[in-house]
Amino acid sequence: MILLREVSPLGGERTDVRIDGSAIAEIGVNLDAAGAQVIEGHGMILLPGLVDLHTHLREPGREDTETVATGSAAAALGGFTAVHAMANTNPVADNAEIVDLVHKLGEQAGLVDVRPVGAVSKGLAGEQLAEIGSMARSAAGVRVFSDDGRCVSDARLMRRALEYVKPFDAVIAQHAQDPRLADHGACAHEGELSGRLGLPGWPGVAEESVIARDVMLAAHTGSRLHVCHVSTAGSVEVLRWAKARGIDVTAEVTPHHLLLTCELLTGYDPIFKVNPPLRPEPDVQALRAGLADGTIDAVATDHAPHAPHDKDHAFADAAFGMLGLQTALGVVIETMVRTGALDWAGLADRMSVRPAAIGRLRGHGRPIAVGEPANLTLLDPAVDWLVDPAGLASIASNTPFAGRRLPGQVRATFLRGRPTVLDGTLGEPAGERGAR
Amino acid sequence: MKHLLSAADLTAETAGQLLDTAEQMDAIQAREVKKLPALRGRTVVNLFFEDSTRTRSSFEIAGKWLSADVINVSAKGSSVSKGESLRDTALTVAALGVDALVVRHNASGAVQRVADWVGCHVINAGDGTHEHPTQALLDAFTLRRHVGELAGRHVVIVGDLAHSRVARSNVLLLRTLGAEVTLVAPPTLMPAGVAGWNCQTSWDLDATLAGKVAGDVDAVMMLRVQRERMGGAGSGRAGEVGYFPTEREYALGYGLSPDRLALLPDRAPVLHPGPMNRGLEISSAAADGDRSVVLDQVRAGVAVRMAVLYHVVAGAPETAPAGLIEVSA
Amino acid sequence: MAGSDTATPSDRSIRGDKSVLQSDDLSRVLDRIAHQILEKTRGGNDVVLLGIPTRGEFLARRLAERIATFGSTGVGLGTLDITLYRDDLRSHAVRPLGHTVEPAGGIDGKLVILVDDVLFSGRTIRAALDALTDLGRPRAVQLAVLIDRGHRQLPIRADYVGKNLPTSATEQVLVSLTETDGADGVSIGPGTVAGGAR
Repeated sequence: MILLREVSPLGGERTDVRIDGSAIAEIGVNLDAAGAQVIEGHGMILLPGLVDLHTHLREPGREDTETVATGSAAAALGGFTAVHAMANTNPVADNAEIVDLVHKLGEQAGLVDVRPVGAVSKGLAGEQLAEIGSMARSAAGVRVFSDDGRCVSDARLMRRALEYVKPFDAVIAQHAQDPRLADHGACAHEGELSGRLGLPGWPGVAEESVIARDVMLAAHTGSRLHVCHVSTAGSVEVLRWAKARGIDVTAEVTPHHLLLTCELLTGYDPIFKVNPPLRPEPDVQALRAGLADGTIDAVATDHAPHAPHDKDHAFADAAFGMLGLQTALGVVIETMVRTGALDWAGLADRMSVRPAAIGRLRGHGRPIAVGEPANLTLLDPAVDWLVDPAGLASIASNTPFAGRRLPGQVRATFLRGRPTVLDGTLGEPAGERGAR
Repeated sequence: MKHLLSAADLTAETAGQLLDTAEQMDAIQAREVKKLPALRGRTVVNLFFEDSTRTRSSFEIAGKWLSADVINVSAKGSSVSKGESLRDTALTVAALGVDALVVRHNASGAVQRVADWVGCHVINAGDGTHEHPTQALLDAFTLRRHVGELAGRHVVIVGDLAHSRVARSNVLLLRTLGAEVTLVAPPTLMPAGVAGWNCQTSWDLDATLAGKVAGDVDAVMMLRVQRERMGGAGSGRAGEVGYFPTEREYALGYGLSPDRLALLPDRAPVLHPGPMNRGLEISSAAADGDRSVVLDQVRAGVAVRMAVLYHVVAGAPETAPAGLIEVSA
Repeated sequence: MAGSDTATPSDRSIRGDKSVLQSDDLSRVLDRIAHQILEKTRGGNDVVLLGIPTRGEFLARRLAERIATFGSTGVGLGTLDITLYRDDLRSHAVRPLGHTVEPAGGIDGKLVILVDDVLFSGRTIRAALDALTDLGRPRAVQLAVLIDRGHRQLPIRADYVGKNLPTSATEQVLVSLTETDGADGVSIGPGTVAGGAR
C-alpha cells in the first residue's frame, strides 16, 4: 500500500491519494497512513501516467542503440506508463510472431506497458497488406498500425488498409510524406534556409497533401485515421477542416516540433536532423495553437535512438531522429504550460487521456478517482533539470536538448500501483530481468 | 419466360415452379434411360467466353437429356482478340438457327447485351461479377432438400463477396423465397454499397455462426476466394495490392475450420459452389464431412438446368407475360 | 388448379351443363370396370395400374382399391405424367410438370393398364406410350377410361370403357371427382373456342 501525501491531482486542490494493490483506493485529506509507504507530495502535480503513441525501441535489430528494456526505463523516467513501439524494427513487425516478441520483452522489463505497433504493409514496402488481423488477434493485441518511417503512399493500399482494420477497432497511423514530393534524400524544410545551406528540401506540401488525401479516404471508408508527427501550419488547417466535417481523424505532434525551429540547422549538426524536419517559427506557433485547441490530439515523442556512427556524417547522410522519452514532459511544460496555452488538465489530456483513447489502451489515461487503475505520474513543477546526454537511460544519446535546462522533474511513476520510478530514479522492476 | 438473365427476374412463384420442375427432372437421373423428348429438334448452343468445364458440362448434359441438340462454342480468345465485336460473335452464332444460347462471359452485363441483340432465348451462365442465376437456383434446390421450405430460414454466405456473382444471385433469390441472409466477409471483400442490399452483413464469422449476429443459422454457403485476390508475388500479379494480406490470415479469420463447423447446429448443411480451395476458405473436415452437400449441388445443377431449359425453350414463342398456365389436359 | 374442369357442380348447373353420370352412377361404373379387369386379366396377377394426372391418378387408385376388395389381390399402383411427351409443347406456353411415380416392383414384364378420365383424340395416350417406353418394358399395355367421347385422331382404342359418350367436337366433357372437385359426376357443357383435343 502506498500513500501519496499532499499531492495536487491535475493541479487542483491538495489532497492525499492512497493506492492499494493496483488501484486507487482512497482520495481525501489527512488519510490514515497506517501500514502504507508514504510519499510526501508537497503539493506536487499528480498526473495520469503518460502514454506515448510513437516510440522506437529498436529491438529486434538495433540493440546497440536501444532495447525494449532500456527504452522502457527512459519512458518510466519520463513519466510514461505506456508506450507504443513502432514497427520499423529488423525484422519488421509485420506479423504476430514479432509483435508478440516485443510485447513479451516489455512484460519482462516490467517498467511500462509496451504496446507493439504493427506494420501496415509487409516489410514496410508499401505494396501488400501485412497480417493485420493476426496481429490484432495476437497476445500483443495490436490496435495501432503504422509504416512509420515510410509513408503509405499508394492510395489503393491506404484505402484497403483503412477498410481492413475496421473489424478490429484499430487505427492506421500515417507518416505523411509523399515520396514523390519529398524523397528519402529530403532533409531540411524547403525554404530560404535550405536554399542557402544547399540541403535537399522537404516541402510542407509533401505532408499536407497526404493528410488531405487520407482524411478524404477516411471519410469515404468510414474509418479512423491517425496522423503522426504533424509539422506544418498547413497540416493543422487541413485537420481542423476535417474535424469540422466530422471525419474521424486524430493527430499527434512531437515535443521537438513544439520548441525547435529549422534555424538550428545552420551549423549542419545532424543532432537536429529529424523526419519530418524542423520548421520555421510560424509553423511552431501554429502547432502550439493546434495542440492547445485540440485540433492536435496528442503529444507523441517519436523517440528515435541512433548510434553515434549513424549520426557522425554530413547532414544529408546522417540518420533521422532524436531521443524524446525523458525530455517530453519538460518540453511540453515549457512550451505549453508555462506559456498558459494548456493547464495541467489539458496537459494530462494531450499526454495521457487522448493517446490512450486513440490506442484503445484500457487502464491508462483514466481519471484520478477511486477504483481506477493506479497508473500515475508525480511531477515537481518547481524544479528544472539539466539535460545531460550521458545521464539519460537510453543507450543512445542523440538528444537535441543537450545542455538545456528543462522545467519539471518526474519524481515518481506508478504502473498499476507499483512504483517504477521513485525519487527520480528507477525503482525495483517486477519481471524476470532488471532494467539497465 | 423468354430469357433467364438475372435471379432478380424471378418471382417467388416462378422460382417455386422452377424448383418443383427440377424435382421431377431430378427423378430422371435415377432412370436407366435418361432421356426426355421435351426439347427434341431444338438446338442449344453453349456460348462460353470464359472457361468453365463444370457449368458447361452441366448445361450440356441437361440439354442432351431433354433430347436437344447441344453444341459447345468456346468463344474465349476468338472474338475480342481477333477484333470481332461481341455483337458480331453473338449474331453469327445465332444465325446458325439456334433456339437458345447459354452464355457465360467475364464482363458483367455482357449476357444482357447478347440478349438484346439476338432473337433466340438467352440463358445467363455467369456474367462477370454480376449474376449466376442457375447457380442460385441449384443452391436453393439443394437447400430446400436439406432444410425444407426456405421462408424464414437463415442462410449465411461467406467469402469474396465483392467479386462473386454467385453471392449476388443467391442474395436476390433467397430473399425472394423469403429466407434471411447474412453476408460475412472482411471489409475489403464486401461489395460496394452492400449496406443497401436486402440482407445483413457482418465481419465476424464466429459470432455469426454462433447465432449472435442474426440468430440461429440454418445453412452456410462458403464461396471461393481466388488466390489472385491476395496480392504480391504469390498471386501472379506482382505489384498489385491484394484485398487480403496472406492466405493464412484469411483462413484464420474466415475459413470454415473444424472449430467453426462445431458452432453450427447439427443439421445445418455446408454448401460450396466449387471449385474448393481446401485449407483456405474451407477445411477438409468441412468439405468432406457429413454436413457437406457439395456433391448434391452438382447433381442438382443438372436437374435445375433441365428445368430452366424446359421453362425457357420448350413452350410457344412468348407473346404473353412470363408465367405458367394450367391447361386442362 | 385452373381450367374449366375444376368448376364446381353448382357452377355447372349455372352454365346449363347436362349431367351424364351422377355420383352413384360413377361408382357403379368403376365397380364394373374393376370386375372387367379382374376377368380379362384372369385375377389381376402381375398387373399394374398407372393413372395419368390429374384425374386419372385418382381413378386408378379407386380401381386398385376395388380390385383388391373384389379379387382379394393387390395390383401395383403408380402415376405417369406425360407433360414432357406431349406433341403440342411448342404450341402452348410451358406447362408445369406432374409427378411420375413408379409402383413398387416397377413395370418391367408387367401388364400395365393406363387409366385416364376421358379418351378423345388419343394423343394423350400416344404420349403415355412414349413415356412408358422410357420407364421400362411392360409385357403388355391396356387402357381403361371413364369416358370415351369419340373423335379419335390416332389409331388408339380403350380396353375398358366406363361409358361411351357421343359428343360434338366442340362440346366439353367435364369430369368431377371428389378428390379434385369436391363431388363426383360427369356432365357435358358448351364448348370453348379452343376445345383442347385429347
